[in-house]
Amino acid sequence: MTSNSQKRLLGFYERMLLVRECELKLSALFADGEVPGFIHLSVGQEAVAIGVMDALNDSDTIASNHRGHGHAIAKGVDLDSFFLEIMGKQEGICGGRGGSMHVADMSVGMLGANGIVGAGIPLAVGSALAHQVHNTQNIAVAFFGDGALAEGVLHESFNLASLWKLPILFVCENNGWSEFSPTSMQFVAEVRDLATAFKMPSRQVDGNDVSAVADVTAEIVSTIRSNGGPQVLECTTRRVHGHYEGDPQQYRDADELASVSDYDPIVLCEEVLQKMKTAGRDIAAIRTRVADRVSAATDAGRAGTLPSFGHLLADVYTPARGA
Amino acid sequence: MGEVRFGQAINLALDESLENDPSVVVFGEDIARPGGPFGVTRGLQAKYGELRVRDTPISEATLVSAAVGAAMSGLKPVVEIMFMDFITLAMDGLVNQAAKARFMFGGQCSVPMVLRTPHGGGLNAGPQHSQCLEAWCAHIPGLKVVVPSNPADAYGLLKAAIADPDPVIFVENKALYAAKGPMEDAPGPLEIGQAHIARPGTDVTVVTYGATVKTALRSAGSLSESGIELEVIDLRSIQPWDEATVLASLSRTHRLIILHEAVTAFGTGAEIAARMADVGFDELDAPIVRVGAPFMPVPFAASLESQYLPDADDLIAAVHKVLA
Repeated sequence: MTSNSQKRLLGFYERMLLVRECELKLSALFADGEVPGFIHLSVGQEAVAIGVMDALNDSDTIASNHRGHGHAIAKGVDLDSFFLEIMGKQEGICGGRGGSMHVADMSVGMLGANGIVGAGIPLAVGSALAHQVHNTQNIAVAFFGDGALAEGVLHESFNLASLWKLPILFVCENNGWSEFSPTSMQFVAEVRDLATAFKMPSRQVDGNDVSAVADVTAEIVSTIRSNGGPQVLECTTRRVHGHYEGDPQQYRDADELASVSDYDPIVLCEEVLQKMKTAGRDIAAIRTRVADRVSAATDAGRAGTLPSFGHLLADVYTPARGA
Repeated sequence: MGEVRFGQAINLALDESLENDPSVVVFGEDIARPGGPFGVTRGLQAKYGELRVRDTPISEATLVSAAVGAAMSGLKPVVEIMFMDFITLAMDGLVNQAAKARFMFGGQCSVPMVLRTPHGGGLNAGPQHSQCLEAWCAHIPGLKVVVPSNPADAYGLLKAAIADPDPVIFVENKALYAAKGPMEDAPGPLEIGQAHIARPGTDVTVVTYGATVKTALRSAGSLSESGIELEVIDLRSIQPWDEATVLASLSRTHRLIILHEAVTAFGTGAEIAARMADVGFDELDAPIVRVGAPFMPVPFAASLESQYLPDADDLIAAVHKVLA
């Protein structure tokens, strides 16, 4: 007999595993030369994307960052179109013009990953302004890493959102690393102190515990929806892979790097499921479904066509009506 | 309507846009309660409320990027940057976000925002409050750049900019705010990208925009007395710019001068000159000449700034050069 809490956790497990397996597949495709450019993986941070997104609707909007695959998948971007995009194909969600750092899907309120650290934060502020002016119950969520804490727009955005009581949730995924440097060597303040300074409530949560992230986010989001103003959520987590794929991470201490697996949100989730006496076949079925889904998306990506250059100029500006 | 001032024409275009389209919002530093540093947005907050007409903190980067996010989420924001010099603080929002969203997301969205900002010297405002940086913006694929020269055009072009689905940088020369000009009772929007022949002439084509249209018209008047007829083309927008009208004029006069207040080097005039040297080479009877500011920051002292700014004498010297 599967309880409701077990069902919920199995859902989280499946969604986190989907993000993980997609990224590991992308990593392999990148190594084989099937994915061009740069990719930045969120392996180890899946609980944040899945936990936060559990509290959101399709009409809520998010602005993501360069480590945004999990956000995109969790917000509901079509997986085939996602793989096609990252593999640089015409049929990709952005027609092959954006790639990993610019995956967006307006139909599910995913306003884009972003190649500029911190840049998504004020975009989300603007989106929250639109929700406020339209007088909907929708909210905007800005996802950013601790590396973005030192960006000026974060401080401006905190101030503006608080001043205007915007319906926005600022989610800091604190993995301890600002690209190739420990954030402790880059930033002197604490996220919660910044929130306090800008008169916003803040919560800290274990970002590797998907249920905790989902529970806290659900509470916060319901307050924001009822015109409670902006809030800040700090999720502490671990970055397993390098800043970018192929980064040898020689700047990381071997023991610290080895310890990251102790915090793996998927392993931790599976342990809880086992304590709940979840049937092994339920977990095995999820693994099979996820593997099949990733395999299908990979096939779709490989089957896509290379974009042609011919029509590109027509989309720099909105084509004139009737043109 | 009779005569209106440049600033009033802009206010009217904002007023009507707020009235007719609930998705239009207006925000910027000191634009709402104080009515704007040049009084251009006076009265709009009282009429349309604090939800849609807002003063912002002094946070140029975030207010421009917030306009981008708002535009991607169904609003049509019109933001003001108090002096064009301050767009330096907002370049990520303009260059990396607004300009690219449509293209890099495969046409999924457009970014219907307008950034209004004053440029230009003449107020002895010094090196950081006087620059003409429009060519920077025109260099970025995805941005449109509009520079009106008179009240009626300011009204018609701003209406067009707000209705435009793409990001438009709307540049207002500070020296024009108090200038008066005629305006019809119910003027329609103008088309961005369509130049206006401000004065027909047969001898030399002068391509210009913004405040230097007046300079060109004044020079044309005095040159006409000595039998030289300038054709003055007011570009109205520099991105896109009306290549066909410029080429057609060049084909009549066979001589071309480009005049702007901005620094000459790597400027709008350089682009027009290069293009006309390509597609209009056979029409040219003289080298193309650019008239603009020297390659230096805008100096403060009145005696220095007046010498820095391109004026009628500079244009007249250029006319004699291409006719020599």
